[in-house]
Amino acid sequence: MPIQLQIALTHLTSRKRQTLVSLSGVVLGVAFFLAVSALMRGSEQDFIKRLVDNSPHITVYDEYRHPQIQPAQLRWPDGAVHIQHLTPKTEVRGIRSYREKLALIETLPGLRIAPVLIGPVVLSFAGRDQAGSLSGIIPSKMKTVSTIQEKMQQGSLDALTANPNGIIIGRGLSDKFQIGLGRNLSVATQDGGSRVMKVVGIFRTGNAIYDESQSFANLKRAQVMFDRPNRINRFIIQLDDPYQARDIAHRIETAIAYKATSWTEASEDILSLLTVRNIIMFSVVLAILIVASFGIYNTLSTIVIEKTRDIAILKSMGFHANDIRLIFLFEGSIIGAIGSVFGLLLGAGLMHILSTIEVKPPGVTEKAFLPIWWGIEQFELAVLFALSSCILAAYLPARRAGKVHPVEILRGA
Amino acid sequence: MSILKAENLVRRLVGEIPVTLVDDISLEIQAGEFVCIMGPSGSGKSSLLYLLGLLDVASSGQLWLDNENVSRLNEDQLANRRLEKLGFVFQFHFLLAEFTVLANVTLPMRRLGRLSETKLNQRGMALLDSLGVADQSHKYPHQLSGGQRQRVAIARALANDPLVILADEPTGNLDTASGALVQQILRDLAHQTGKAVVAVTHDPVFASSADRRIMLIDGKINPDLS
Ligand SMILES: Nc1ncnc2c1ncn2[C@@H]1O[C@H](COP(=O)(O)OP(=O)(O)OP(=O)(O)O)[C@@H](O)[C@H]1O
Ligand SMILES: [Mg+2]
Repeated sequence: MPIQLQIALTHLTSRKRQTLVSLSGVVLGVAFFLAVSALMRGSEQDFIKRLVDNSPHITVYDEYRHPQIQPAQLRWPDGAVHIQHLTPKTEVRGIRSYREKLALIETLPGLRIAPVLIGPVVLSFAGRDQAGSLSGIIPSKMKTVSTIQEKMQQGSLDALTANPNGIIIGRGLSDKFQIGLGRNLSVATQDGGSRVMKVVGIFRTGNAIYDESQSFANLKRAQVMFDRPNRINRFIIQLDDPYQARDIAHRIETAIAYKATSWTEASEDILSLLTVRNIIMFSVVLAILIVASFGIYNTLSTIVIEKTRDIAILKSMGFHANDIRLIFLFEGSIIGAIGSVFGLLLGAGLMHILSTIEVKPPGVTEKAFLPIWWGIEQFELAVLFALSSCILAAYLPARRAGKVHPVEILRGA
Repeated sequence: MSILKAENLVRRLVGEIPVTLVDDISLEIQAGEFVCIMGPSGSGKSSLLYLLGLLDVASSGQLWLDNENVSRLNEDQLANRRLEKLGFVFQFHFLLAEFTVLANVTLPMRRLGRLSETKLNQRGMALLDSLGVADQSHKYPHQLSGGQRQRVAIARALANDPLVILADEPTGNLDTASGALVQQILRDLAHQTGKAVVAVTHDPVFASSADRRIMLIDGKINPDLS
């Protein structure tokens, strides 16, 4: 063992209490970092998973992102005259010739697509009204892009195929109207048309507004009710790899001109919130480690002051300034290394305890636990943080020790 | 041939009030010689010893150790010369409290790194034995008497078999009997092992046993009393 390391160990072991205090600072820093990071990353991934699972990866709307170019501008692109206040051509809303477009998009690999016609309706039962939206769907297609089938408490999406006059409503509405499976309610559209439909299914997502206002019907029936035969106004698309959404949305938009929005674009605000959360987490953990480094700095500074005579005598014996610095850097590293090991153990223990805590997210019936991320990177990061802050904390005392001038100390002794 | 030679050594402190600690000192010390530096308090004895021991650097003048001009060496080179060629004994023993007696003695050998662990422990024991404190080897410094500690400190100064032993009032803190023993040891080191021994002392009895006395007054050698 190098003599510098041996002296470092002796310094630490002869000051057990102080060393233990410094050590526990590092242990707690590392353990808290792990627990917080595992929980943050776990819940973040859980959250994104929910977002990705429960919302369409890509939605194609019956809109254009940019107003259509006017014929005059097409003819004279560099024209000096700018025409303003033009009213675009009025047309029946909806995606035109959707079957060809559906077929076109379906040629892209790794993707499932369902056409939807969505419109506003007012549902009435026994004198009570509820405004909401009705989605006309093709059940077999819808099942491939939405988790709604899993959220069915009674009945199923397929009932819409079997009964073209059927409607599926949410648990919220069913509770509000005191209405159950097999009962009829009245559905009114904006143009004044009204139709009696039979409840063939009830779903519950846990989102209160959605469960009160959203309802589903057969696509054909919706097209008749909204008076838009052969039209739809949404494509809902799920991808095998949700992280391709932005690219594929762009390709679809270029191919069919209608606006295609990816989930990342739609949830940009939420995703940026996650970044803020990560920044907060790292600040908190950094603060813990800074406090731990102060502990180490304090301990080592005390040792340097107490051991000034020893340092002077070592130097007079022929130790270089570097040897002396090394002694104190070793002391910082030893505290960092041992602290990291115990911190990792304690952190893993905390993570294990956290992962056994049961939580009940809304709309989920099966047992669920706090989401904990076990990724190896955070363990590496914790050790990296701990070691570098320990060495950094040891640096100043080490430098001061290296500068001790033997003559000054010997005279003073 | 001299083992240690100084020519016109001057050590000045520049500050608000400039002080001259060592003023134009020239001397030569031979191998096997036992030399005492004497003089009133504040006359610059310690200051001269620090210069001769390469712990301090002269403001001007030349210094040779073992026929090498060491006046222009840098800090690390000076440290290497101290490690290999010099041994110090101070008024206070300056042993490391957390290390055993044997570990203290072997410390300079470990730093030099020329001996194996077994070899250096053997040598450490032999040194302790030659100073009559082998039975104390596994004790800690605070468990020893003052005289025993000073003998351990001498053993440590001898660890790397130096050419010169520099001692600053080595008996200043000891009772008469222990002081006499340390004086005998230093004398024997010079005369029997051929090392140059330079010792600062206030004790006339101690000084009388030296081969030569150098008298300092106000940082200068007083040739009449030397
Ligand atoms: N840092 C300093 N600043 C100012 N004066 C100093 C400093 N160090 C030493 N001196 C002065 O230099 C002179 C020589 O000091 P030195 O320690 O060499 O004397 P000494 O002969 O060893 O004395 P003593 O017998 O008391 O040990 C003294 O007058 C002392 O006051
Ligand atoms: Mg002195």
